[in-house]
Amino acid sequence: MRPPGRPPALQSVVLGLLGVLGLLGCGASDPPTTGAGTAGEERISETVTVFAAASLTDVFTVLGDRFEAEHQDVTVVFNFAASSTLAQQITQGAPVDVFASASAATMQTVVDAGLIVAEPEVFVQNTLQIVVPAGNPGAVTGLEDFTNPDLIIALCSAEVPCGAAAVRVFEAGGLTPQPDTLEQDVRAVLTKVELGEVDAALVYRTDVLAAGEAVEGIEFSQSSEAVNDYPIALLAGSPNPGAAAALVEFTASPAGLDVLAAAGFQIPEG
Amino acid sequence: MNAPVSVRQSRSQPDGATGVPAILLIPAAIAVAFLVLPLAALLVRAPWSTLGSLLSTPEVRDALRLSVVSASLATLISLVVGVPLAWVLARSQIRGRGVLRALVTVPLVLPPVVGGVALLLALGRRGVLGEPLYSATGVSFPFTTTAVVLAQTFVAMPFLIISVEGSLRAADRRYEDAAATLGAGRAMTFRRVTLPLIAPGVAAGAVLCWARALGEFGATITFAGNFPGTTRTMTLQVYLALETDPDAAIALSLVLLAVSILTLGLLRDRWLMRT
Repeated sequence: MRPPGRPPALQSVVLGLLGVLGLLGCGASDPPTTGAGTAGEERISETVTVFAAASLTDVFTVLGDRFEAEHQDVTVVFNFAASSTLAQQITQGAPVDVFASASAATMQTVVDAGLIVAEPEVFVQNTLQIVVPAGNPGAVTGLEDFTNPDLIIALCSAEVPCGAAAVRVFEAGGLTPQPDTLEQDVRAVLTKVELGEVDAALVYRTDVLAAGEAVEGIEFSQSSEAVNDYPIALLAGSPNPGAAAALVEFTASPAGLDVLAAAGFQIPEG
Repeated sequence: MNAPVSVRQSRSQPDGATGVPAILLIPAAIAVAFLVLPLAALLVRAPWSTLGSLLSTPEVRDALRLSVVSASLATLISLVVGVPLAWVLARSQIRGRGVLRALVTVPLVLPPVVGGVALLLALGRRGVLGEPLYSATGVSFPFTTTAVVLAQTFVAMPFLIISVEGSLRAADRRYEDAAATLGAGRAMTFRRVTLPLIAPGVAAGAVLCWARALGEFGATITFAGNFPGTTRTMTLQVYLALETDPDAAIALSLVLLAVSILTLGLLRDRWLMRT
């Protein structure tokens, strides 16, 4: 390999760079994932991209499968992460059809950015539960055990909805927890419990149900102090608004509500 | 950031009219743009006026200190056990050296988060080695600074091993032979002849290892968790800050970028001057 050199070559490099910048500039304005779906489509077809809170991972996967069975032309693609991460990605311009957040405050950051068409609707509610590995090796009985520095405790980081809810229940109980790790989303916390690496953690009751035999859930009285509302909304920049609206309607249909209730979510009145 | 290009140009040979055929020039320009533009964006968007206050918060200082200390410890461990391993790979007659080399360099290409899961399954409280250790001594690694160092060592040591092994292979063995004929034992030959011979390679490997350890993210967050002061290193702090305070994330990224450029400067002779 001979090293390049000489002024003429350098000029060409600069010209080439400018050309590339032009190309990149064009590319950036196209929604990269969903292809040709355009606004105002009559027929429901193609891909719906859903950004959903980590705690919705299992239940939305099931809902997506059911929806796809009813609408053969539609493919539902999910991105599950902490709601705050998703909100950040959406405000940075990710091409999304539907956003389902685990907290109203996180949804509000997307509303404030002017990226939501209509008022987001709360479609389910969730509360926290203490979760311990099967067999409860730390002999945890209640929220008070979270102040024991000898136990290995995992909580969600306060920035994500499950962490904000945890802060509220500890305030309600007048307790100062002694966590050993502050995880980035609720499923990361759950995994640490499933692996038996922590003695106790706070996750949503739906996560405890989803984890099955590997963990045990423990109710605590202060959980009613932090009821998380899950709002769902259509994005203004939705590449495929027709199918997206149908998906949101499906979550509120009797079939959708059955799936959500079976996973342990509370369905709000009215 | 233009250093690699300008260095190469200064050493170019007048072997043709333009030096580069157009068919290579355009893809090469795309590659340069792709590699350099994101870093330039970091500089363009940097909150220069508030940089000082963003970087002087207690959380940032904790994260920076934790990163520097843990990366240095990881480098030290890598030197103590990695240099001997490099010697084994380069000089010994052990059978299956090729397999051994492949095995110990897997972490080089392994996604770090997979490394974190593997560490958890080996050294976690319920891990293959971690469980007997925990039941015997009550010691468990996850969620401790030790776990951060272990995660960093796991991903960074192969860089040192590869670098040192390369130096050992390139070193002129006649010096060692001469030392042996003059009556030096094997240990003395290694200490007084081999090590000084490969010192530049060891230094380069250590710098590379340190930089890789400093940048570690996936294995750390998986195996060590994320808690300020104990396990939240600079990279974890950047990740966290991105959600709450993007300006702080950019400021922290600048620090890590500066460290990377410094590393490149230290390695300049080995990488950038290569013809």
